[in-house]
Amino acid sequence: MLKVKDLNVHYGKIHAIKGISFEVNEGEIVTLIGANGAGKTTILQTISGILKPSEGMITFEGENLNKIHAYQIPALGIAHVPEGRRIFAEMTVYENLQMGAYIRKDKVQIQEDIEKVFLSFPRLKERVKQIAGTLSGGEQQMLAMGRALMTRPRLILLDEPSMGLAPILVDEIFDMIQTINEAGTTVLLVEQNANKALHIANRAYVLETGYIKLSGNASDLLVNPEVQQAYLGG
Amino acid sequence: MDLFLQQLINGLNVGSIYALIAIGYTMVYGIIKLINFAHGEIMMFGAYFAFIFATSFGMPIWAVILVPMIIMALAGVAVEFIAYRPLRDAPRLSALITAIGVSLFLQNLALLIFKADPKVMPKLFPETIINLGGVEISSTTLVTIGLSLFFMVLLDLYIRKTKQGRAVRAVSEDKDAAILMGINVDRTISLTFAMGSALGALGGILYSVAYVQVFPTMGVMPGLKAFIAAVLGGIGIIPGAMLGGFIIGMVETMTKAYLSTTWADAIVYIILILVLLFKPTGILGKNTREKV
Repeated sequence: MLKVKDLNVHYGKIHAIKGISFEVNEGEIVTLIGANGAGKTTILQTISGILKPSEGMITFEGENLNKIHAYQIPALGIAHVPEGRRIFAEMTVYENLQMGAYIRKDKVQIQEDIEKVFLSFPRLKERVKQIAGTLSGGEQQMLAMGRALMTRPRLILLDEPSMGLAPILVDEIFDMIQTINEAGTTVLLVEQNANKALHIANRAYVLETGYIKLSGNASDLLVNPEVQQAYLGG
Repeated sequence: MDLFLQQLINGLNVGSIYALIAIGYTMVYGIIKLINFAHGEIMMFGAYFAFIFATSFGMPIWAVILVPMIIMALAGVAVEFIAYRPLRDAPRLSALITAIGVSLFLQNLALLIFKADPKVMPKLFPETIINLGGVEISSTTLVTIGLSLFFMVLLDLYIRKTKQGRAVRAVSEDKDAAILMGINVDRTISLTFAMGSALGALGGILYSVAYVQVFPTMGVMPGLKAFIAAVLGGIGIIPGAMLGGFIIGMVETMTKAYLSTTWADAIVYIILILVLLFKPTGILGKNTREKV
């Protein structure tokens, strides 16, 4: 579904991504794990066109993403829940969800999908008219995910969805990711919480300062001594 | 008391014009964080077009107002495309200097085309005096206030209630997040320049009708005052620009009426200094959020 080939990304003179190749197949949960600065966020931003690669190619269902504008990418079926949630803090919860449906014109189904988001995240429904910036961190994460789902994605990119959340909320978010996947959306998940990520993922890639160091089935990586040592706290 | 009411109406009159112009400053600042110093020249050209259409073409009143608004909307889009877009990722100072350059260029272009001598703006609206309990209001004043309010309400509804309006707010808040929603940021910025310039042109037309003159540097003073109004209300916040415009118009009028004409401008500048000293985010401005 998504193929990344020989990807190189530079920030000015800094060579952040040094020739990475990987793919995500339809229906999978694939996770990229690795320490801070390994390049996980950079990869997601390059997939959604916010950053331009200096070399390499990204294709989604055969379409070359490097050749189109970043704003055209959501319409292909890729949604991105960015690091730090990046909800529209001055808009209401409802308006944020409407923004998620910006590329769609099917008004009736948009309304239905908003109701579906409220079913998945009942707390958002209670706060529907509230200014999004006043939500708690967990609620903002739910809103960011709900907003992304409003685009009706076939692939969802999740960047550190558990960052800064209380453990009970982290569990809730990971359950939600599985639910989203079971409903038919392919997931590419970037996480520092490698343990949690490997438990829900099918496959994983371990990143280290711009390279892929290891890759394989998530269940194999969970018991891999190297991974345990470096990312799962021994 | 009658004198006070009279001045109140005058203040509303001037204030509504400043508010119209201030909206253009604040919208552009909101979306690309640039003080568009060429905005005063947009209003000046708007006034010249209205002058030409009213005197040489004998167009109906609505066309004399609406056609220059449309022309200047396109001109505003062109200015952004030619002068500011190539500098989108450049340091902000470069864009600011460019804005001053565009302003001077447009002033001199007007000087070249229209010459320096002021033109007399004809009365666009049939002149009658309406007497409201001892307060005399000219029809021009009423039309000015009415038209300004009409377009401000229209803009406010557009920004708050429509999909494109939400896109403008989204781009103002977070460009990258807006792109992730599939919003064409370039087109949204063009749209913002179009709306701000159209309102600026309307402000210019109403200003030239109120002061009966059109000349190449006519945009400088009202432009500056509208800019101060935008800062006073909270730069980047549309209702703030409207509020700021009315306050500046009122302060200026009251100063002229009760203190002295020569002090009017000085007091407006003192307001700017006080705002920048004590509440730089303006009346409706919130303290900027810390990004974690």
